[in-house]
Amino acid sequence: MKSMLSPQDRGAKKKAPTGIAGLDEITVGGLPHGRTTLLVGGPGSGKTIFALQFLVHGARICDETGVFVAFEERSERIMANADGFGWNLAELCPKRLAFIDAQPTPDLIQSGTFDLSGMLAALEAQTEQMGARRIVFDALDIVLALLPDPASKRREVYRLHEWLLAHELTGIITGKVDAGETNSVGEQPFGFMQFMVDCAVILNHSVVLGVSQRNLRVQKFRGSSFDENESPFLIGRSGFEIAVARPLGRGILNVSKERLSSGVERLDTMLGGGYYRAACVLITGFPGTAKTTLSGAFAEAACRRNERTLFISFDADSSEVVRDLASVGIRLDHHLESGCLRIISARTVIGSAETYLVRIKTLAKEHEARCVVIDPVSTWTKSGDGLSAHSVSERLIDWSKAEGITLLCTSLLDELTQRRAEGGGTSLQISTLADTWIHLDYLVQAGERNRGLSIIKSRGTAHSNQVRELILSNDGVTLADIYTAGGEVLMGTLRWEKERAEREANEVAEVAAKLKRVRLDAEEAELEVRIRSLQTELSAKQVEKALLTRTTASHEHALTRGDSRIRELRGADVADSEAT
Amino acid sequence: MKRAKTQDAKFKFRLYVASNAQNSERAVANLGALCRSYLPNRYEIEVVDVFDTPKRALSDGIFMTPTLIKLAPPPVRRMVGTLSQTRPLLLALGLEPLES
Repeated sequence: MKSMLSPQDRGAKKKAPTGIAGLDEITVGGLPHGRTTLLVGGPGSGKTIFALQFLVHGARICDETGVFVAFEERSERIMANADGFGWNLAELCPKRLAFIDAQPTPDLIQSGTFDLSGMLAALEAQTEQMGARRIVFDALDIVLALLPDPASKRREVYRLHEWLLAHELTGIITGKVDAGETNSVGEQPFGFMQFMVDCAVILNHSVVLGVSQRNLRVQKFRGSSFDENESPFLIGRSGFEIAVARPLGRGILNVSKERLSSGVERLDTMLGGGYYRAACVLITGFPGTAKTTLSGAFAEAACRRNERTLFISFDADSSEVVRDLASVGIRLDHHLESGCLRIISARTVIGSAETYLVRIKTLAKEHEARCVVIDPVSTWTKSGDGLSAHSVSERLIDWSKAEGITLLCTSLLDELTQRRAEGGGTSLQISTLADTWIHLDYLVQAGERNRGLSIIKSRGTAHSNQVRELILSNDGVTLADIYTAGGEVLMGTLRWEKERAEREANEVAEVAAKLKRVRLDAEEAELEVRIRSLQTELSAKQVEKALLTRTTASHEHALTRGDSRIRELRGADVADSEAT
Repeated sequence: MKRAKTQDAKFKFRLYVASNAQNSERAVANLGALCRSYLPNRYEIEVVDVFDTPKRALSDGIFMTPTLIKLAPPPVRRMVGTLSQTRPLLLALGLEPLES
């Protein structure tokens, strides 16, 4: 197949990695190498950061030096702003990354037409000197605005594009569009550029239900497949981060058969050995059904195996979580001290679900976590729209599986959603995606409220179908069998009473059995004795019988002898005797 | 006072051009004509071709051509374009348009 492609085709397939998390996945490798990419977006949509990150990645990782032509901001300011992302530009400048200030002076007097060939000549000197492969023109619209008519604007953009192509530089040209018009860029001064360049990326910043949402969309990419949908992104602590679902058919999951302890021994037994590694476990339940406790038990078990664990609590502060869990024998403090466990409290964080996801990803990456606990994940529906929260939780699961991270989420159900939960759905619909779904419930009976645990589903594992009672004590968390008596489930004190009654019944039965055994032993012995005496009697009879036979025989003999003697004496003939 | 000074002072110009690009050539011609009619014998023009000395253009911050820099008399001023719109240009240079 490859040999059939002309060299030009292969050149078109070459990509320049951007180092922007997610973008390289969307574009299947990066921006078109040696071609021009147009990046448009409204104010504050992150154009400069995007472009700069592209250059920094090139200079640091791809061994491609770059030039940043700043038309809008002064380079010192850009560098200072970029320091916030920890890119350490001072280290790269000026050998691997050069900034060129090309801001038009405010008192510039314009008289007649002009063009950008001066800039291109200057840039040519600069790029040749440092062997630059990447170049960014930030806010080209500033310069274009100086040009008097659309024709000359077009001419200069064309000149710039030609120059970039001639020098085979991978270029990004950024430009502003008004917010809300990002989808109809055709009318903007950059409209015609969209047809010219090989790749166009649109950044969009909108507010949905009071929550800021940023989206990126690759509008075109010549000679390559790409994800055409809008992908949410975030400007995080290390720059641009784009949320992207793992594309279809790419990246095979490393499915593990390894089982991980849930932290509750009997729960492991119920699950046939524990959770699978890299599985997604969902624990649903009403407030106070010990969801956090179960997730804490899992976190502690993970830490004991020396697996780095991230615990994200949307409910309570880190110290509160530790204190509360210590009361049921789950000691997290020393794992926290050793750095194995990290608890993040995000109670007051408000943002779109997207923000949460990116933060969690970043935190997990920072912590090199192998297990992640999110308590509760249902917070995500609190702000922003439910649709994006759903897509975020899907991507969260997808991400954790791809990373091999075991994910445990709790989801709060309120009384209203009870029926829906029983019908098979949580508000985020994670339940359909989760591998293991444990439901916690209250059972109010005989003046008691007891916790019941049941496994609704657990993919790929044989699991118990029984409801167990979840018992929290100072010593820890454990499960107990529950009794069903006359069709009623017994828990708590009732269960305890039932257990005691059974114990007593068992004792009585045991004593009775012992008694019976003794009696049977005696009867057996008696029978044996009788057998022996009968046997003796039998042999006596046999002797007697033998004796009898013998005496009878000798007697008959004697009689026969006597008869023939008499016959002899009588002189009887044989015939006579035969007739008798 | 000011007028007298302007009239007496010698004008120093530096014109950055892009070789023989059309607008550059027009700028050279327009500047020459302007100087001849407004500043006879008291002007000095240095023409810099950015293609010959791109590094100088870079260090001088020349991104558009043609660019004219008025180095003297102060203040230093920058002008871009073919220098064809005479009136605003003259005002920027501090010269009175001639009554034609």
